[in-house]
Amino acid sequence: MIERSASDLLASLSKGDISAEALTGQFLQAIKQREPDVRAFLHINEAGALQQARAVDAKRKRGEPIGLLAGLPVAIKDVLCIKGQPTTCGSKMLQNYRPPYDAHVIERLRGADAVLIGKTNMDEFAMGSSTENSAFQVTANPWELTRIPGGSSGGSAAAVAACEAPLSLGSDTGGSIRQPAALCGVVGLKPSYGRVSRYGLIAYASSLDQIGPFAHTVADAALLLEAIAGHDRRDSTSVDKSTPPYSKNVEEPVKPLVIGVAREYFLEGLDAEVEKAVRAALKVYEGLGAKVQEISLPHTPYAVATYYLVATAEASSNLARYDGVHYGHRTPSQPSPAAGGGQGGGRLIDMVKRSRGEGFGAEVKRRIMLGTYALSSGYKDALYVRALKVRRLIREDFDKAFGGCDVVMGPTTPTAAFKAGEKANDPLAMYLSDVYTISGNLAGIPGVSVPCGFTASGLPIGLQIQAAPFEEEKLLRVARMYERATDWHMRRPKLA
Amino acid sequence: MSLTPAEVRNVAQLARLDLTDAELTAMTRQLGSILDYVARLQQLNLDGVEPLAHALEVHNVFRDDEPAPSLPVAEALANAPDRRTRGEGEQFYAVPAVLDTEA
Repeated sequence: MIERSASDLLASLSKGDISAEALTGQFLQAIKQREPDVRAFLHINEAGALQQARAVDAKRKRGEPIGLLAGLPVAIKDVLCIKGQPTTCGSKMLQNYRPPYDAHVIERLRGADAVLIGKTNMDEFAMGSSTENSAFQVTANPWELTRIPGGSSGGSAAAVAACEAPLSLGSDTGGSIRQPAALCGVVGLKPSYGRVSRYGLIAYASSLDQIGPFAHTVADAALLLEAIAGHDRRDSTSVDKSTPPYSKNVEEPVKPLVIGVAREYFLEGLDAEVEKAVRAALKVYEGLGAKVQEISLPHTPYAVATYYLVATAEASSNLARYDGVHYGHRTPSQPSPAAGGGQGGGRLIDMVKRSRGEGFGAEVKRRIMLGTYALSSGYKDALYVRALKVRRLIREDFDKAFGGCDVVMGPTTPTAAFKAGEKANDPLAMYLSDVYTISGNLAGIPGVSVPCGFTASGLPIGLQIQAAPFEEEKLLRVARMYERATDWHMRRPKLA
Repeated sequence: MSLTPAEVRNVAQLARLDLTDAELTAMTRQLGSILDYVARLQQLNLDGVEPLAHALEVHNVFRDDEPAPSLPVAEALANAPDRRTRGEGEQFYAVPAVLDTEA
């Protein structure tokens, strides 16, 4: 049961073959069995989830109108605020934080009658590519437990891959949905910037952050995106466009279809097995009648450098709010005789510096430092402003590409999942694992990773498909064409 | 591009981060190698290119100025590491002295 797709489960729920309560119970059971190995969750909302499930069952029984996801458990990356529930962002800084409000996407999920089953592990403040930067635990890749699940939404990707939840939400600032989706063998979609409200998403880099779905199939991802997309006045960058019925239209193939393949995505650093799987996927599309043409995204080699200046600059500003005063970790003040001793002694600025020094982990500090430097007097023009100019060139590369093709395809990641600890002490090597996904965030375009094969040692490989801004519908339809012609998405890892 | 430990200490002060000596040493080395990597942006001719701060056209979004309930004070302060209550039940954040009191 737990291995089935969300769409399948929804059909069983609506036919009455299983109750939402029983289904939620099965996933909670899977979590109990598998968490000692996988460690995808930071918080399991057992009582709350069962209560929500019973409420959905009662609604169904009474014949009341029910939501799009009625009775389906959804796991939530711990970067999203749920009223009264732990929301740590993977950080000691927010270890005891309980948000006083729900994120917009959480309101949407409640409205869709989804069951909020728990909060998933992540790199601290969504900064990382392996989930090893979590202050609390290291999540395992369900396909090979000594390897990382990717990041920063590694917990959400692993939870779906391990069948601990049929659906989950993540956030993607430089690849944090697509990269772990590829490494865990699931579907992960980053919507266009502005498609989903960021209200209640704890900010990392506000001009790049976007919330999106993880699922076993493209149709399931379409369903979850449909539930969370749409305008929200509390996020002025959420775009006031109507949300297409993605879940209905996803079955419609795109014909004719022109696929652009960027030659820059196949240069140094790309693993041979990954390249082989991606080339084979392109052949599948050709077999379906698509035209595959080589294109150039000439500024790709500058994307990682651009990202690490833009994202860290924004992060240094966003994370200034953690001051030990309003919420979050606070280091108790040193007693100061001049202030009469006892609590309240010492200066405010020292308390702030100590609280931040203690509350943030190494990668978060590194990014705050880099961003602060890039924005500091004397360096801003040479670093930050220069990066914004290159960002425009990267966007223009895509605008040109989409003038001649429907979608751009390539590998999601240069390699399959790496070993835990392998890149932990080399920040730059870690950054380069996002080389193919980062430019999509800088350009604001939607992208999806779909399973497209396995390495000889059994690790999943992802195909990335990107489309022009707000063309999620086309993106999903194109991805679904491949899924129907292949069965990679049917495979599940062997777990307890 | 290399940074000196003194420069890194200055950035840490700007960022309001207490760094241990070991962190300062590691940070000096790591920031140096990241800055070496991002130096590749200097290779591009960017004459006449406008900065792109945002992928969308960003504009001000106005709404009518209509009074609506705000978060109650008790809820807003519920996560504060140190909050106090004054005479009439008025709650507030408590912080150490902002200015030096020794002078």
